[in-house]
Amino acid sequence: MKLYDIAHSRTGDKGNTSTISLIPYKEADFSLIKKYVTDEAVAKWFAPLGPIKVTRYEFFKVPALNFVIENALGGGVTHSLNIDRHGKSYSSALLEMEIPDK
Amino acid sequence: MKKIRIGSGAGYADDRIEPAIDLINRGNLDYICFECLAERTIAIAQNQKLADPNAGYNDLLEYRFKKILPAIKAHPTKVITNMGAANPKAATKKIVEMAAEYGVHNLKIATVSGDDITTLTSNYGANEMMEDHQPLSSLNRKIISANAYLGAKAIVTALDQGADIVVTGRVADPSLFMAPLIHEFGWNFTDYDKLGKGTLLGHLLECAGQVSGGYFADPGYKDVDKLWELGFPFADVTDTGDITLHKLPDTGGLLSTDTVKEQLIYEIQDPTKYYTPDVIADFSNVQVEPAKDGEGIHVIGATGRAKTGELKVSVGYEDGYITEGGINYGGHNAFNKAKLATEIVRKRLQLLKVPVDAFKEDYIGADSLYHGVLPVPEHVSEIRARIATRTSSLEAAKEVVREVKSLYTNGPSAGGGVRTITQKIVAIASITVPENDIRTHVDSEEVK
Repeated sequence: MKLYDIAHSRTGDKGNTSTISLIPYKEADFSLIKKYVTDEAVAKWFAPLGPIKVTRYEFFKVPALNFVIENALGGGVTHSLNIDRHGKSYSSALLEMEIPDK
Repeated sequence: MKKIRIGSGAGYADDRIEPAIDLINRGNLDYICFECLAERTIAIAQNQKLADPNAGYNDLLEYRFKKILPAIKAHPTKVITNMGAANPKAATKKIVEMAAEYGVHNLKIATVSGDDITTLTSNYGANEMMEDHQPLSSLNRKIISANAYLGAKAIVTALDQGADIVVTGRVADPSLFMAPLIHEFGWNFTDYDKLGKGTLLGHLLECAGQVSGGYFADPGYKDVDKLWELGFPFADVTDTGDITLHKLPDTGGLLSTDTVKEQLIYEIQDPTKYYTPDVIADFSNVQVEPAKDGEGIHVIGATGRAKTGELKVSVGYEDGYITEGGINYGGHNAFNKAKLATEIVRKRLQLLKVPVDAFKEDYIGADSLYHGVLPVPEHVSEIRARIATRTSSLEAAKEVVREVKSLYTNGPSAGGGVRTITQKIVAIASITVPENDIRTHVDSEEVK
């Protein structure tokens, strides 16, 4: 299944760093997400963006992950030639990732 | 238990004004905060101030205050805003004039300044830029502005002195919203757990409609009611720092645990370390639940620890020109025509030896957002070729524009819809400076 089926997401930006949340609609799906959507998996998924570094952070009382992706915005909001300089649309790309359903 | 009510009147420089006025009129607010200053807006405003000493504040200040002033006359609400941008003193002067014009009396308007350290940048040549870890002195560009992110303290001073409206330049966004809590509840500036909670309030409200259903909709899947009448959020906050978020009845939008979670995580990095001038806030144990009485969303659990003592400074510098141009193709072989179009422009710029520092091609409708993260379709029924360049000179930018326009008569068949735009770029480098280097000032004016 796709992450889109079980989770929602929003992207933010700081300089040349993209931050992407991943929030399951149901708490029961959080363990599956934690198992498969690792920092390595996200780094591999977004590898076409260039040499990026991904760090995964977890919230403890809200089932949610936050991915911090460095060097993902073509030089940053004020320098990038990208049409989407903020990388606002990256959340939609993350939700297209396929994961096993158990 | 004391409780105050704070509304969010704007989430960015060009935000809508009607939802803010609706909040003042119907929300029974104590305060409303307008966050209107993006990272590089202030550098652009600095250029406007250089050209005219009475300019350099938010472009929409007059537009907004025409509506705010009559509303707060009818429904007294204190206003805090960073619409002062590069020239908060001129912004205050304008608001004083307008208040007299609109017959709003007994109004004290305070100006917070001291964030502008443009003339001091040479002192910080050795300070490392966060973006590339090189010293600021290595920036081989013309510096336009340098503004430190101030904390809540000067705004609290203004409120303690009885200000009804506080106008600032660069202040950390959450600090705008936290200042009234410190003022009203007498929180100590070293009570870091409380400041962590106040920072969470600011973080949740600073993007206005983004917590109450804006930027959430996915039609048919994540539906949001009447986005054309999106209601902005407000919060009831207790003196212990418990937050309950609301939006007004009969407004569009959606306030749910899901919308609040998206905004909780938005633009933060490590949730245990959210740096502001006031505190290092920790959001990692925040809880988001529907309020027990069924009214609103209850958010608790933020904590904090001692601030770093360093302030982030945004340094705006001239970074040449970005030129974008595009042309559409449709029907049979549309994608290949678009690819030929970008190839023609690239080769022409090489042949003419136009000094282009960076060149990028995109195919809008097929491959423009993700650079191959998602699969690129082979065939599309219509597509837009996009060319973007960075050039140091305006002359080179004009050459790029000419070459894109030439695609009409010199390019592939049946291209249409050429548009070009050239923007003079103000880029931002970030450094930190010791907090003790920054001297803030609070000045007040009264409208009798």
